[in-house]
Amino acid sequence: MNESPGTTGLVLNEPLLWEKGKRGRCGFSIPRRDVEPAPLDRELIRESLDFPDLSEVDVVRHYTRLSTWNFGVDTGMYPLGSCTMKYNPKSHEKLAGLNGFAGAHPFLPLGLQQGALKLMHDLECFLAEITGMDAVTLQPAAGAQGELAGMLLMHAYHRSQGSPRTKIIVPDTAHGTNPASAALCGYRPIPVKSNEKGILSAEAIADVMDENTAGIMVTNPNTLGLFEENIRQIAEMVHAKGGLVYGDGANMNAVMGVVRMGDIGIDILHLNLHKTFSTPHGGGGPGSGPVCVKKYLEPFLPVPRVIEANERYRLSEDFPQTIGKLHAFYGNFGVMIKAYAYILSLSAENLKKASRLAVLNANYIKETLREVLYLPYDRPCMHECVFSDRFQIKQKVTTLDMAKRLMDYGFHPPTIYFPLVVNGAIMIEPTETESKENIDQFIEAFKAVVRESEDAPELLREAPTKCKARRMDETAAARRPCLAG
Amino acid sequence: MKEISQLRLPDDLRYAESHEWTKPEDERFRIGISDYAQDQLGDIVFVEFPQVGDAFKKGDEFGTVESVKAVAELYMPIGGQIVSVNTALEESPDLVNTSPYDEGWMIEIKAADASELESLMTRNDYSETLKGLV
Amino acid sequence: MRYLPHTDEQIDAMLKVVGVKNLEDLFSTVPEDCRHTGCLNLPAAMTEWELNDHLGALSETMAVSPEFKVFLGAGSYEHYIPASVSYLLSRSEFVTSYTPYQPEMSQGTLQAIYEYQTLTARLLGMEVANASLYDGASALAEALLMSIRITGRTKVAISALIHPLYRRVAQTYLAPAGIEAVELPYQSNGKTALEKINGLDDLAAVAVQSPNFFGCVEDLRIVGETAHAKDSLFITCFTEPLAYGLMKTPGSQGADIACGEGQSFGIPRSLGGPALGMFASKMKYVRSMPGRLVGQTADMDGKKGFVLTLATREQHIRREKATSNICTNNSLCAVGAAMYMASLGGSGTRALARLNYDKTEYLKCRLREVGFKIPFSSPGFNEFVVEFPIGFSETYERLVKKKIVAGLSLSPYYPELANHYLLCATETRSKAEMDTFVREVAS
Repeated sequence: MNESPGTTGLVLNEPLLWEKGKRGRCGFSIPRRDVEPAPLDRELIRESLDFPDLSEVDVVRHYTRLSTWNFGVDTGMYPLGSCTMKYNPKSHEKLAGLNGFAGAHPFLPLGLQQGALKLMHDLECFLAEITGMDAVTLQPAAGAQGELAGMLLMHAYHRSQGSPRTKIIVPDTAHGTNPASAALCGYRPIPVKSNEKGILSAEAIADVMDENTAGIMVTNPNTLGLFEENIRQIAEMVHAKGGLVYGDGANMNAVMGVVRMGDIGIDILHLNLHKTFSTPHGGGGPGSGPVCVKKYLEPFLPVPRVIEANERYRLSEDFPQTIGKLHAFYGNFGVMIKAYAYILSLSAENLKKASRLAVLNANYIKETLREVLYLPYDRPCMHECVFSDRFQIKQKVTTLDMAKRLMDYGFHPPTIYFPLVVNGAIMIEPTETESKENIDQFIEAFKAVVRESEDAPELLREAPTKCKARRMDETAAARRPCLAG
Repeated sequence: MKEISQLRLPDDLRYAESHEWTKPEDERFRIGISDYAQDQLGDIVFVEFPQVGDAFKKGDEFGTVESVKAVAELYMPIGGQIVSVNTALEESPDLVNTSPYDEGWMIEIKAADASELESLMTRNDYSETLKGLV
Repeated sequence: MRYLPHTDEQIDAMLKVVGVKNLEDLFSTVPEDCRHTGCLNLPAAMTEWELNDHLGALSETMAVSPEFKVFLGAGSYEHYIPASVSYLLSRSEFVTSYTPYQPEMSQGTLQAIYEYQTLTARLLGMEVANASLYDGASALAEALLMSIRITGRTKVAISALIHPLYRRVAQTYLAPAGIEAVELPYQSNGKTALEKINGLDDLAAVAVQSPNFFGCVEDLRIVGETAHAKDSLFITCFTEPLAYGLMKTPGSQGADIACGEGQSFGIPRSLGGPALGMFASKMKYVRSMPGRLVGQTADMDGKKGFVLTLATREQHIRREKATSNICTNNSLCAVGAAMYMASLGGSGTRALARLNYDKTEYLKCRLREVGFKIPFSSPGFNEFVVEFPIGFSETYERLVKKKIVAGLSLSPYYPELANHYLLCATETRSKAEMDTFVREVAS
């Protein structure tokens, strides 16, 4: 067995910005002044600005050191379930930085921004093709905003049908953003339980679906990593009562080229470009959450929309039934460029291959780690698999302890304590960009952690020991919040 | 987390299924959460109180209690009007953990119907239900 | 494909372990009638070099500096970005990491965001700032929803001089909750008229933008006093945070919430996104705040460290009762803004803001000199409205051919302001460029 990646190394301390610097330093090349100071009423001027004064060297050292305390996909395997931490191609960063894109003002006259409009138009077409839907908006700035858009679309549709509804079905495996987005739109979430196979049954939906229910929010594959096998019957049932099916597309990485959501009954689907389509997570964002819809929902999409005619592109607000605007401009264009480049790089064959390999990797992990971790749903999984700490709890070792110890072995932990339907859940999504060698190392590390949980559990409780910081006092942070220096 | 046998469950209180306790104090009733509840939640960081003067029915949500990673709704074990809230918990929410029945009390109410007390569980009945939860 | 490392041998070995014959069999739980049998109709795969050519060609159709002189502001501003900032922000430990839910291996992001929160709070004169929202528009929407949560009221007063697109986004967010938004008109001096507030009860908040859409600085203290006299919250929003390097802060003038767009701080315009929603409020409202918050604490060795905190406000815990549904935010943009603010420093920010002010005033003066009307007399920052003669749109087109974009026509947003244009001049417009512009519009 190879050495595990986790090791110690010299990492430097770095104070806070305002603990550094000296008055009078500046890290910015102040542009040349070629105009006279104009009169300015003293009454308008602020008191002095309490920013630290730093040289460029101060700033570069500061952020370089901070970056060394972070672990990214470029550092090592990052198997966070439902986050799809796949490799972020560097060529896309370069392309998004092209001056013609990065320097573009959103209000340029249309004739002067044709390249960008074409990119957005083409990306809409690609996403519609991949999802089997008819129309797309790229405006939502992240998945959650896409969900809000989806809820608003549902709401607008039902109102136009003369049948405003007040409830929406939300499975127990749903991501927290689902009920939160539904509530923002005034819908009351009606919970429904998954069955013993870990998926939704048509009967459970039939029990709660009525003419006052707007529809259902379903993630497919779900957050247990399982394909919602009854989706077609569920969709039929919901449609039969005039409802709509909203698909949370966060787990799209499992099924590109294999399943098209529009073909199996989904009416509205959001995508996460920063998951499935390889754009980087940036430590928490920015992302992009396009929403794809069936034809009958197209009139309600946010405006403006990109319209193409004879290879000329324009922006149109001529959609009287639109739900309005969610973003001041057109969405996160800088993120869209990267997803566009990704789709053009991979194309149909490799997108499908990516999904297949993602599913292979997850099943491989499932079959090897099941020797040491409890598998609550013993079924073929999609791109992620869920274990729990049931075996380890007897020794009073928890999912949290195992996750923290994995860091010492050089891996970012999987998602923990989600989905809520599994106590002590451990959700592992390797993605297709992890090689077999990396995954074998991960498996060895996890097995070593489980062995330690039996032989030397205090190693887990003390973990991590090799990171820049040890476990944080989160209680103190919440009781006496210190949110600014 | 504690075993059932390690939990403190005073005899002179009545308990709701949602883990609130209540105790008559002269004309008023004091309400808080049980040792089981505080143990399950972990370190309490914040308690959200209703306003003094608000009235609630039995079973209504009157506030929330937060730990670092969880939020739990607080439900009225019996109906009534809020006459005081334990402001000490603003500075020291940890009192709910260390002293859930004494210094960690949450609200005091004037009961709308004192007979509702009878519908709550005795210490023994509550202890039985906890065994069923494990 | 260079992002798919599996060799055929490895695939075979893994399939054996899983116990299936081929990759297709991995999808046995997907019912037949759910499978897509065809091939996706997408363009043929491009090599890295073809991709560079293709996107290069698209980017070359765009009108940008240095070839074009674009006098546009209106919520998206051209500012110089130091090479050091772009370089630091490209470090893959910042770019390719996830939300810092495991603080032990994310102290870099966490300290960087804590510093961003602090600098933002100091810039705006507020007590606490969050870790970012999507953009200035959604930040305003969230501020209005927050004021409704805090006060329990259902009406808000919104200035007509808040960016028109911000108001439309706010409308989209407020509509489902049935919130009534009353518009406060503007005065001839280019500031918001406040009289209407006196006749309103049940106001959750009064919101103005400063500098406003016309570039004018509002009398924040008076707005604040008027709002507070009605027991409502005072929200100041902004599109150009650099103004606060020079001008009095929302916090010092009584704002309860200050929110807006941070793109000016080291983030490329990129056709308007990704942007940076800056959001700050008084500490007493922090539990109602949307978005993530980084707090300082100690680890189990007693060493200082940082962690996401007060997470019980957020969707992953509170679900339908969360203060917002936001999950992914604009974290990397916030780190970029912090790097920019750190590079400028206290005196640098002041100097740059002053330079911006002076450049705009210069352009304003020159236009006045050649006889154009500047209708709004109030002091402003970075942008202003000019009234051009009837038929100016032809001149506009002529200027475009000379690679000059003469601002934004206001009539689509303010029909009463035909032939009025919003012009912006930042530190990136030289005196010579501005002189050329004046000469061209005057001819």
